[in-house]
Amino acid sequence: MTRMLAVPFLILGLTPLQAQTTQAQSTQAQTTQAQTTQALAATAEGTQVADAGVAARSFTEGDKTVSVTAPVRIGDDVTTFSLDNGMDVVVIEDHRAPVVVQMVWYRAGSADELVGQSGVAHFLEHLLFKGTDKLAPGEFSATVAANGGSDNAFTSYDYTAYFQRVAADRLPLMMEMESDRMTNLKLSEGDIVTERNVILEERNQRTENNPGALAREQFMAAQYQNLRYGVPVIGWKHEMEELSLEDALAFYGLNYSPNNAILIVAGDVQPDDVMALAAKYYGVIPPEPDLPPRLRPQEPPQTAPRRITYTDARVSQPYLVRSYLATERNTGDQKTAAALVYLAELLGGSSFTSELGRALQFDTQTAVYTSAGYDPSSLDTSTFALSVVPGTGVSLSEAEAAMDKVVADFMANDIDPAAMDRIRNQMKAREIYALDDVQGRAQRYGAALTQGLTVQDVEAWPQVLQEVTAEDVKAAAAEVFDLNQSVTGWVVADKEQAR
Amino acid sequence: MIRFAMTFCVALAASAANAAIDIQQVTSPGGIEAWLVEDHNIPFTALEIRVRGGAALDEPGKRGATNLMMATLEEGAGDLDAQAFQTAREDLAAGFGFDAGDDMVSISAQMLTDNRDEAVALLRDAIVNPRFDQSAIDRVRQQVLSNIASDAKSPGDIASAAFDKAAFGDHPYGSPLSGTVESVTALTRDDIVTAHDNALVRDRVYVGVVGDITPADLGPLLDDLLGDLPESGPALPPEVEDMLDGGTTVIPFDTPQSVALFGQPGLRRDDPDYMAAYVLNEILGGAGFESRLMNEVREKRGLTYGVSTFLVPKFHADLWMGQVASSNATVAEAIEVIRAEWARIARDGVTQEELDKIKTYLTGAYPLRFDGNAEIASILVGMQVIDLPPEYVENRNEMLAAVTLDDVNRLAATLLQPDRLHFVVVGEPEGLAAAN
Repeated sequence: MTRMLAVPFLILGLTPLQAQTTQAQSTQAQTTQAQTTQALAATAEGTQVADAGVAARSFTEGDKTVSVTAPVRIGDDVTTFSLDNGMDVVVIEDHRAPVVVQMVWYRAGSADELVGQSGVAHFLEHLLFKGTDKLAPGEFSATVAANGGSDNAFTSYDYTAYFQRVAADRLPLMMEMESDRMTNLKLSEGDIVTERNVILEERNQRTENNPGALAREQFMAAQYQNLRYGVPVIGWKHEMEELSLEDALAFYGLNYSPNNAILIVAGDVQPDDVMALAAKYYGVIPPEPDLPPRLRPQEPPQTAPRRITYTDARVSQPYLVRSYLATERNTGDQKTAAALVYLAELLGGSSFTSELGRALQFDTQTAVYTSAGYDPSSLDTSTFALSVVPGTGVSLSEAEAAMDKVVADFMANDIDPAAMDRIRNQMKAREIYALDDVQGRAQRYGAALTQGLTVQDVEAWPQVLQEVTAEDVKAAAAEVFDLNQSVTGWVVADKEQAR
Repeated sequence: MIRFAMTFCVALAASAANAAIDIQQVTSPGGIEAWLVEDHNIPFTALEIRVRGGAALDEPGKRGATNLMMATLEEGAGDLDAQAFQTAREDLAAGFGFDAGDDMVSISAQMLTDNRDEAVALLRDAIVNPRFDQSAIDRVRQQVLSNIASDAKSPGDIASAAFDKAAFGDHPYGSPLSGTVESVTALTRDDIVTAHDNALVRDRVYVGVVGDITPADLGPLLDDLLGDLPESGPALPPEVEDMLDGGTTVIPFDTPQSVALFGQPGLRRDDPDYMAAYVLNEILGGAGFESRLMNEVREKRGLTYGVSTFLVPKFHADLWMGQVASSNATVAEAIEVIRAEWARIARDGVTQEELDKIKTYLTGAYPLRFDGNAEIASILVGMQVIDLPPEYVENRNEMLAAVTLDDVNRLAATLLQPDRLHFVVVGEPEGLAAAN
């Protein structure tokens, strides 16, 4: 399927929630892109700078001069710099195969849409394949394909991203086309009508035909009452049907500019070459002077537990989900998020060794499936979710009581040091395995930089994870398990099951 | 839809080509063969094992035994019960995967160089010496039954089961490999042990290895891992006669968007025309290009988010299939367009321009598949399973370039049979009559 919509963090469709807002975040959310760029360059000074001799450089393109900040080298194979129009660039070297991935990430996702226009960020993502002053509709992807590459794009709450995977020597062409559609999109009314039908069919496929996805929407709407994480990325159907050419172009005009974008190039490339190409293709695009601060409506304090029951005859097996508002990774402050990653692993990471798995799937047959999920990556406040699919003859209320007891026991007892060590080792190993997936590495940076983090935060994260203690986990758990900041949802086929 | 994923993998590996990888053929002291690509950049090794046979070896009345057996391999082995086994695996930070397909079972592993010997010892126990504790079987059985219940309410899975029934009848391919509620409920520990003896046998094993390991280390590892498996298994199932006929089957299901699977008889993987068929499929409805069907059904008419076609060369049957999903109000039109395109390409063939474009794309895209140890290991094992030589990786793009317009259009005229194209539609399609 092309033009996939990213729906992060779905484990069997049971862990539905992502992202919300705290006070601490609201200041970060107001940081303008120019400030972010400076912060990126400034905080980089503290890290080991390999190319110490390389200073800021200038490139001349036609009658324009493009300045580039001094590149900063991080770790063995990551280089970062910024163009003077505010565009941040990250280069990840991986010379194992003559392949490159180019990604351009915009700091604009569905949570940045105007009220009443839900789905416009994702709609625009589709429309970016329609054509520009230079390219006919469909020619972008056709050209990538004619060069043996593949391309796609995805939209989430906090970002929209476009990428191509192609032989490394085709990077200049990819940059030429991607920079072109950053500012020169050309759309007709005909494009709008047909593509709107396509996204409505996409909504049918992903959501309307899927009771788990419909339940998830209701969950999010219950959890987030003011922040746009309560609105689905693909949009509410009744608003999608009304999306117009003007709506799409307005979102495009405001958000698609170099000072709101991050270029990530990963693969068989040299940072110097990428710098020259980035200056040539992206550096000449003027910044958007009116780029607004990323102000998002904040949640009011949640002071009461919320409950929903979603009933749909297509549900094959009843299940329950409990989610709590939870803090996310913040720049320079990732410790609580790291502790919550451990908490999710300890409670529901492995069905064999986690607390929920042991108590509900081994010691008793209360559940056929359990999990705990937490996504540390989010611009605004995230959620921490527990889910249980009851076993035969077990009601949802019995399963919920059993789940609550596991959490209470966890809080009352000491954490097994061996379990902490096991998770720590696995986190470390995950970093080694992750080196095998260059596009995955690119995505880490893209997501982080569109969610208020810096390159340094990304590099620091594995070590922050290594340093989590049992006390940190307990403290984070004590904070997160507040029923007044929770939503509990039952998903059932009929009334009978809702007991 | 596990089945589609499986066959799709084979099709992909089948069309593999010019990548700069050095495949070494390793034979262990005990005589087990493997293909190896050494890459010492990252300190881990990816291992992909396939054993021919798969769920098609399920004995009569025991449907679902192979699937349940494979899912229970990770539930304890040797002295370790399920929790002790998984604790040991997590301590080693190794990743193991066990899966059953129609024609093969798969074992995948990722192991750190630091503790590879211990990880291999653990994996070996799971493969050769699984416990199959009754409590573990029962626990996994509940999970399988949960999945079966879920499939029964999923339009895609309902369509898949109905299509397989129409295409394969009483052959094992004709029913879901996870089994039925009745068959899975009735499976005993003895059935699981029998399935293990049948499915994991030495003379049907294929191995692909990529990563931080030398041929000298790999040989003994293979003997440790697989040397104690039984030598041989039961006879493979018979070939399926072409039994699909044209028509439309509608399965009522209360959901807003209809899901359709369609297909007609296909082509054997070892047919000399396979490459031409592969090219033709890419032009008609391939995933990686602006295909005719995507253009007509999605881009021009906005009737779907996705439509695609794919060759399905199974070991004992061959299909040419496709899928589409469209609102109940529009699915009839989508199907009409697909039927028309199927007939048009059979009648008029493709143009030289289309052929040139798809060749450029396919030859350029081929090397991009070889990115990552696990991906390459899968390609290596997939090639062996369908009996391709290592040189195929180097020659594939030349073979693809040699496909002519005449080849493709002759095949389009002879192989594509619009009157035998059968649709299975699940939903509440409007204005679509069932026909046979």
